[in-house]
Amino acid sequence: MTMEVTDIVWVIVKAAMVAIALLSFSNLAVLAERKVSSWIQGRVGPNRTTLPLLGAIPILGTGLTRMGLFQPVADGLKLLLKEDPVPDHVNKFYFFLAPVASMIPAITIVVVLPFGQIIADGVASPLVLADLDIGILFIFAVSSLGVYGMILAGWASNSKYPFLGGIRSSAQMISYELSMGLSILPVFMWANAPGAETGLNLFSLVQHQQLVWGVIFMPFSALLFLISIFAETNRLPFDMPESESELVAGFNTEYGSFKFGLFFAAEYAHIIVGSGVFTVLFLGGWHPLPVYSSAISLPEGSVGTLLSIGIFLVKTFLVVFFFMWIRWTLPRFRYDQIMKLGWTMMLPLALVNLVLYAIILALMTPVTH
Amino acid sequence: MAIKQIKRKPLTFAEKTYLPQIASGLKITLKNIFKPAITLQYPDERPQIPEGYRGVPTLVKDPNGREKCVSCQLCEFVCPSKAIRITPGELDNEDVNAHVEKSPEEFEINMLRCIYCGYCEEVCPEEAIWLQQEFSVSGYTREDLIYQKDKLYELGGTLPDDHCKWDKKRAAEEDGNTH
Repeated sequence: MTMEVTDIVWVIVKAAMVAIALLSFSNLAVLAERKVSSWIQGRVGPNRTTLPLLGAIPILGTGLTRMGLFQPVADGLKLLLKEDPVPDHVNKFYFFLAPVASMIPAITIVVVLPFGQIIADGVASPLVLADLDIGILFIFAVSSLGVYGMILAGWASNSKYPFLGGIRSSAQMISYELSMGLSILPVFMWANAPGAETGLNLFSLVQHQQLVWGVIFMPFSALLFLISIFAETNRLPFDMPESESELVAGFNTEYGSFKFGLFFAAEYAHIIVGSGVFTVLFLGGWHPLPVYSSAISLPEGSVGTLLSIGIFLVKTFLVVFFFMWIRWTLPRFRYDQIMKLGWTMMLPLALVNLVLYAIILALMTPVTH
Repeated sequence: MAIKQIKRKPLTFAEKTYLPQIASGLKITLKNIFKPAITLQYPDERPQIPEGYRGVPTLVKDPNGREKCVSCQLCEFVCPSKAIRITPGELDNEDVNAHVEKSPEEFEINMLRCIYCGYCEEVCPEEAIWLQQEFSVSGYTREDLIYQKDKLYELGGTLPDDHCKWDKKRAAEEDGNTH
């Protein structure tokens, strides 16, 4: 297969579109976080930032201002224009590398994440940048790289609080990656039961969930996976690397301006991507109903494609909302509690879950000798 | 006294998983999301000032527009933080209020010194100085914050007068009954 130049350009354009969408979503997620936190705390949240002409339009402009939709612009500009301090005691190379290293994995995972489907002539094909056969392996491989950003930041900052944050984040990542991997094995065992070989491809997994969403068939796996992605994305109650009440700002203490902005955007990009992965694995991707019904199915053509993207995004954003909701509900764990939870609870439970579903799936499979 | 050990009920299995507790916590925060915000957006919305609030001390006029202060300087003496300075002045014989005899020529309250204790209001025999509802004091220089007489009257306005004692005094004098 030879690739034409136009093909390459088209791939690049698609990739840029997806990356821009992800980054804009992560900016909006920052705003959403501020709004959700303020609603939960009985406050109003950002409602003052406005643009000169647009904000003056009677209902539209004032409404957008009240919703704080111009706030991400102001935040971004502020982070861009601030002084960018680089302390003398840091290791310059890794200090500059760290924010980039934490952003790259988040954007890279999106490459294999199917976010919609195109139905043509009764055959559904995925809307995805790269339809890898080993999609989930790729996600695991790349998502574990995300921790390098924090470790590098903690180490290169050459200062005690960032260092502690970096150490904590690496220990936490290792602890929860195990239960994360184990918790989704049953899903793929289910998807690869005899008669339904889907491999490790994410699109086939979503199509497999047309009958029933993963979260309904294996809620326990979903719960374990959800807890693990909380830990992997360093969200409260697992925000050990940052834990602002103990470690100043954790791994990003020495960072300011745009480099801090990159860390910040990366955190939210990770959350969105994590939510997307959860949607694909357990919430049936773009399938509108938890259980299959022949009455409601996505139509063919562009309407169906747009609907599938819309449903996928709505589900993803609901999971993102859940992330924020949890953050403003629960206090932070102590570090030893996190380690204890990870090693003595999550890991054994994930193993039990795996064995249990292996037995259930074996019983469900008709014996064919 | 011996230490008494209180037996705690052991946690049930559901409690040990913490999940029901997390769910109930989530329920509470979800309820909060739909409650209206309690924020008072200050410069646009002002708080309800309760009665008897001790705000900025002000000078008031009586319903006839006469300045009530007779510059007795009691407030100046009682002021614990020495925020008030009065320069007494005589009233002209031709003045409508000549029977009051004195009025302040200058009346300064240094808002940087004032501690809003309300002693001045309490000590004033003429009910001329009142701590009213204004609470936000700002200025660009120290001089801005030393309130002069005109500013104090502007803030104070006119308050109803139940006694009108100076009117009574004049009426008595006109009846030939000086005391």
